[in-house]
Amino acid sequence: MRFWILAVAVFLLAVLAAVMLKNEYYFFAGYTVLMFVVLATAWNILGGYGGYVNFGTPAFFGLGAYTAAVLFKAFALPLALQIVAAAIMSGALGFAAGLLTLRLRGIFFAIATIALVVIMETLFINWRYAGGATGLQLLRPPPIWPFQSYTTMLFVLMAGLAVMAVAIARYIEISWIGRGLRAIRDSEEAAEASGVPTLKLKVFACTVSGALMGVAGAPMPMYLSFIEPASTFNLNYAIGALASPMIGGTAHYLGPVIGAVLLSSLQQIVTVTISNEVNVLVVGVMLVVFVVAAPDGILGLLRKIPWKRS
Amino acid sequence: MEALLKVRDVSKHFGGFTALAQVSVEIRAGERFGLIGPNGSGKTTLINCISGALQNDGGSIVFDGEDVSALPAYQRTRRGIARSFQIPRPFSSMSVLENLVVPLEYVRHRGTLHIADTRAEALEILRIVGLHDKAQTQSNRLTQVELRKLELARAMAARPRLLISDESMAGLSGNEVDEVLAILRTLNESGITIIMIEHIMQAVMRFSQRVVCLDAGRIICEGTPEQIVQNPEVQRAYLGA
Amino acid sequence: MEFSFELLFEAVVFGILLGCFYAAVSIGLSVSFGLLDVPHVAHPAIMVFGSYCTFVLAGLGLDPIVAGIVLMPPFFLLGMVVYRFYYEAFERRGSDAGVRGIAFFFGVALIIEVGLILGFGVDQRTVEAAYIGKAFSVGDMRIPMRFVVAFGVALVLMTALTLYMSKTFTGRAIKAVAQDEQALRLMGANPMRIKQWAFGIATGVSALAGAMLIIIGPVEPALDRVYIGRTFAVVVLAGLGSMTGTLAAGLILGISESIVLMHFGASWAPAVAFGLLLVVLGIRPQGLFGR
Repeated sequence: MRFWILAVAVFLLAVLAAVMLKNEYYFFAGYTVLMFVVLATAWNILGGYGGYVNFGTPAFFGLGAYTAAVLFKAFALPLALQIVAAAIMSGALGFAAGLLTLRLRGIFFAIATIALVVIMETLFINWRYAGGATGLQLLRPPPIWPFQSYTTMLFVLMAGLAVMAVAIARYIEISWIGRGLRAIRDSEEAAEASGVPTLKLKVFACTVSGALMGVAGAPMPMYLSFIEPASTFNLNYAIGALASPMIGGTAHYLGPVIGAVLLSSLQQIVTVTISNEVNVLVVGVMLVVFVVAAPDGILGLLRKIPWKRS
Repeated sequence: MEALLKVRDVSKHFGGFTALAQVSVEIRAGERFGLIGPNGSGKTTLINCISGALQNDGGSIVFDGEDVSALPAYQRTRRGIARSFQIPRPFSSMSVLENLVVPLEYVRHRGTLHIADTRAEALEILRIVGLHDKAQTQSNRLTQVELRKLELARAMAARPRLLISDESMAGLSGNEVDEVLAILRTLNESGITIIMIEHIMQAVMRFSQRVVCLDAGRIICEGTPEQIVQNPEVQRAYLGA
Repeated sequence: MEFSFELLFEAVVFGILLGCFYAAVSIGLSVSFGLLDVPHVAHPAIMVFGSYCTFVLAGLGLDPIVAGIVLMPPFFLLGMVVYRFYYEAFERRGSDAGVRGIAFFFGVALIIEVGLILGFGVDQRTVEAAYIGKAFSVGDMRIPMRFVVAFGVALVLMTALTLYMSKTFTGRAIKAVAQDEQALRLMGANPMRIKQWAFGIATGVSALAGAMLIIIGPVEPALDRVYIGRTFAVVVLAGLGSMTGTLAAGLILGISESIVLMHFGASWAPAVAFGLLLVVLGIRPQGLFGR
């Protein structure tokens, strides 16, 4: 119950910001941060809880974005339905890819997810209707009442999606599903011997994870009024989705949130003031340092601090 | 007595190496069954094939009248086959108690009961194996001996009809061996069929009603503990030609 | 599309030259991942790092192949250090090591790739040598000399490594530790040191592979992404732990890529490796010669 109060409060805060702040930049930056919260949370469902590393976030994210763009172009589908369609498509991709490769060891799954990105990108480069290599321009419809600015509307939408994603991750984490995933991560053989249907759970986690990544991508074409393969299937999404939970903490649903807010803000600052390359370098170093020295992430470090005096 | 488990002509190859060569054995319901053999004879491979951790290449495994050869391990566990692991594999991020909640939730109470109920059951099992006071300890902090007990407790939590104990007593002191034997006997008295793999000859012979000896993937002798001990083939397998 | 036997033959010839090169480039991974079970996703990145080191040395006047050989000892030491670090940080600690190990090497690959961009820029780099730029004429075909040179070096490298693994004591110890670490420990050998040595060799070999890479064509920092598909495809297709299988797998990949390149164009060629990888993982995950 405490969670839901907090979640609604966060969402209302976002709405409040939308009403009160006038500088559009806040919403551009905020949208990106919230989008990475969704990606990181989605990644953590399979990666943190289940122990299977996914390098292919751009594939699911990009498929969601392109699904939304193509459906908008073909049928002028409203954004809400674009998001649902994106969830279905990316979820289906997660299901299929999971069924094919989650029978194998973790490292094989990881490499296969890289293959997914290459395949998706190649597909959309060669699909003329979706814009091919040069991309697709899209005309935004007017923002829905009571929003004046489309960007602000997307910001609030993404805040809502972020809350939803975290709620889903939390439910999985505290339920018997989460316990089963953790058992798989700790010792898949013992989990299987303890009655855990390992393949089913893994494929489930991969499907949900993929669907949420697709949801994160769906508003992107409207956000940019434009979509093209190279930037949509960009490695930065893979890095952000993976590094955020590993730095923030993989065991708890707040870990990816902390990590995403931190890394996304860092990215905004460093990329603008220095360069994108230095940003990736910083993230890479942080990832290595945390993975080696602070395996429980920032959350783990926070727990070690004696907050209460005994 | 009807056979609970029928292993018929089971074979298993790893590349060119034959780990099991047409092994056949029948285990009756309620029996205390011992499986012995020198290192590398295929004991754990046979257990893995029965529990489903490995897929057998030839032959069939029939449990309670049902051919389970094609079933994945978790479904065999749900049908009543549980095993402990030779090298303990605890769910190291979880407490001792939570380790038991996993099989309780996934085998016994598939998604129905609240956590509160499974915890009471888990504590009861921990009491039996003597880990009750370590319930909240994280399982990666246990000693080797405690880990072995946890392995057994986890197998018990699956409420099996057939429990396979894979070297649960390795490294235990004399008293501890007696403790574990007592637990297994109690389980057997409540109707659970037990297959015991053990190197501690004394324990196997005291406990088992029937014993089978494996060597190089084949059964070389089957009989009562007294018969096995006197069998020259068995002596040769253990001591060398 | 006109079907031409001549074109096909040319594609196959190129494929064999390329394939042998792919095998040599993958053989380091065959040891580090196939035998030692290290989730070494940074393997291509280290190789590309080797290419850039070759570039620097070639700029000082060294022949690229000589540069590659010169780089082997320092890369060997680098490999030893990396493995020791990996072992202490991950393999010792068990449990969550799988995810963290993969994430670790991913981070290392990122650092290398971005480091190269910061150091050398994103532009492509090439080297010059007597055999780069010329071509052999065989009938109607023109075969670039650098491909033949790389093919030759690749063959020598693979033969040397395969002989080392099967004939020398350390080589066989490495194979033994991959199969039964417990037994090796009982015999008094230290498995960690053997694995460390093996990882060092795998990394040393990557230095020469990097030299071949920049001989065959221009390199850029992001090249490791394409080669991750190629090297893992070769290692998985060969079967984990099979050194001889690596050559066969490399040839299969090389010839497939060459045929696709010739008939469908360059934009499809990188997808061949990944496609092959997915097919192998789906149908026969143990590969051709796997255990």
